[in-house]
Amino acid sequence: MKFRLSFAWLVALRFLREGRMQTLLILAGTTGGVAVIVFLTQLITQLQAQIVDRVLGSQAHVILRPPEESNRRAVDEDGYATLIEPRAQRLRSIDQWETVMRLAAATPGVTAVSPMATGPGFAVRGQANRAIALMGVDAERYRQIVRMEEYMQSGRFAVAGTHAVIGVELARDLGLRLGDKLRVAVANGRDELLQVGGIFDIGNKDLNRRWVFVTLPLAQSLLDLPGGVSNLDLTVADIFEARAIADTLRGATGLSVDNWMQTNAQLLAALRNQTVSNNLIRSFVTLIVALGIASVLVVSVVQKQKEIGILRAMGASRGMILRVFLIQGAVVGAVGSVAGSALAFTLLQVFSSIYRNADGSPLFAAELEPRFMVMAALVATSVGLLSALIPARRAARMDPVQAIRS
Amino acid sequence: MNASAPPPVIELRGLRKAYNLGTPVETEVLHGIDLSLAEGEFAALIGPSGSGKSTLLNLIGLLEQPTRGQLLMGGRDTAQLPEAELTALRGRSIGFVFQFHHLLPAFSALENVMMPAIIARGVADDEAEADALALLEAVGLKAHAHKKPAALSGGQQQRVAIARALALRPRLILADEPTGNLDTHTADEIFALLRSFNQEQRCACLIVTHDPRLAARSDRVIRLVDGRLDSDTLFTPPLQEN
Ligand SMILES: Nc1ncnc2c1ncn2[C@@H]1O[C@H](COP(=O)(O)OP(=O)(O)OP(=O)(O)O)[C@@H](O)[C@H]1O
Ligand SMILES: [Mg+2]
Repeated sequence: MKFRLSFAWLVALRFLREGRMQTLLILAGTTGGVAVIVFLTQLITQLQAQIVDRVLGSQAHVILRPPEESNRRAVDEDGYATLIEPRAQRLRSIDQWETVMRLAAATPGVTAVSPMATGPGFAVRGQANRAIALMGVDAERYRQIVRMEEYMQSGRFAVAGTHAVIGVELARDLGLRLGDKLRVAVANGRDELLQVGGIFDIGNKDLNRRWVFVTLPLAQSLLDLPGGVSNLDLTVADIFEARAIADTLRGATGLSVDNWMQTNAQLLAALRNQTVSNNLIRSFVTLIVALGIASVLVVSVVQKQKEIGILRAMGASRGMILRVFLIQGAVVGAVGSVAGSALAFTLLQVFSSIYRNADGSPLFAAELEPRFMVMAALVATSVGLLSALIPARRAARMDPVQAIRS
Repeated sequence: MNASAPPPVIELRGLRKAYNLGTPVETEVLHGIDLSLAEGEFAALIGPSGSGKSTLLNLIGLLEQPTRGQLLMGGRDTAQLPEAELTALRGRSIGFVFQFHHLLPAFSALENVMMPAIIARGVADDEAEADALALLEAVGLKAHAHKKPAALSGGQQQRVAIARALALRPRLILADEPTGNLDTHTADEIFALLRSFNQEQRCACLIVTHDPRLAARSDRVIRLVDGRLDSDTLFTPPLQEN
């Protein structure tokens, strides 16, 4: 049997086909609008994800530290408060850190916990010495916080005995190579001779110069934190849940808890502003597309006045006429969204080959996530439908006699 | 008319129509029309320009609502029917033929003739297509079935319009100057076509015309002057030629 369209679809598609130039213009407008929205959304989503990824590449999502030692306010007998100098914070261990670690690991949303004993020191080789941050870690656990293995330039990210992992800048400054020896000294006079077991480049010169990874026990003994840790680093599943998880842990442990959203508040504010302006652009483009579809359909309704009158005289109901025009709007939206997604994909290809990072790699990947295409299709079709509402109602209310008499 | 006359297809009782009701320019166009049309009757509606012929036809065709009076279709008072039912009734039981043939330019002749069935059933089907083809054959246009109206002559377009009016075998055909802009020869052909369908299918026909020759070939001539029935002349009973 032959495939046959229902009345409303048959007439709607025929009207669209008949109004060639108009249909092409309205489709071009919708396609352009959809392309701009999809392109922008994909680009900004990707760039934002990259920025966040880069920032979090060398950071724990949540960090637990001992509570700050606060000054008790000294109030004399007369009730006058005396101003006291802020207290210097000495290096302390987290009380019962193993219990805290278990608690943190059991908190929903937390995917990894890594204990660390960290404190300042000096790396000395021959006449040269550099200020460093001594990082006593369990390499296996720390890898789940910062993907160190990805940053290794030589050697492996493994600490054992007196093996240490240092950054490229420090290695260059002190002229160190894999297997070389360096002495690390801390303020209390202790020191230790270490062997370079790995050299990393984390993409940040400052960190490359300062971070020196050693085993946890070694750091503990050097920093005079026997059996203790100075902080617990956490990774969470949803990075934007970090703040909430930090709040929970602060309440549960009474420790000082930082999260990346707090330490990178400016970055987050910038990202949020970017999202707001992107939404603004999207809203305007959507509005313009909607107005375009509506105005073309309004004109079409006037042009089709006679046909509408004839159809009504032949027994077409108001509802049928309404549907004819609603379908036109929806079809324009749907076709425009497919063409627009295709155009956005092309734009992404072109721009990703033009815009490149300093190292020559593309600034963003030329791929289009299916969810954005689905979103575009849904939004464009609904917008088409809604834009057609006013013209369609006008068409449905038209007096058939008026059309036939003229 | 004898005792066994068929029941009226339509009946008008004191039908009035005013435009711009309730405004200073209110004008009554029809001042109380009483009229009925029997099944199979072929009537010509004549009268000077502006006398209200088209208005009367639009009222009978359920395209407009009378201001006062009753309009019965098959014995049913149409004033009580909601808009949607009037529309459905119009689609099913009335076929229109207009002066300027009013075909849908985006659709082929065949699709135009199928359109009443598509509207009535929501979708085209093989039966509607076969019916439409048969009707196009009957008006001598089978070869032109797939042409768009723009590719047809005026007379051909009017023949398509007649085929379309007949698509759902309506009980009533309303034609407003169907031969108005055709030459005499073509006008005669169109008229003959309407007449033959009237006789074959027993559908009542009400034809507005300014052509006295054509009026004279009808069963009945209704004359409208200034919105009133001026005369209603019955000629011969429907001819049984051939
Ligand atoms: N929508 C309207 N508003 C106001 N007046 C109208 C309207 N439609 C028709 N009229 C008036 O009603 C009167 C009858 O018009 P109608 O078209 O029925 O005449 P007609 O007999 O068909 O004339 P013609 O032979 O020229 O077609 C005219 O005076 C016309 O101006
Ligand atoms: Mg008229």
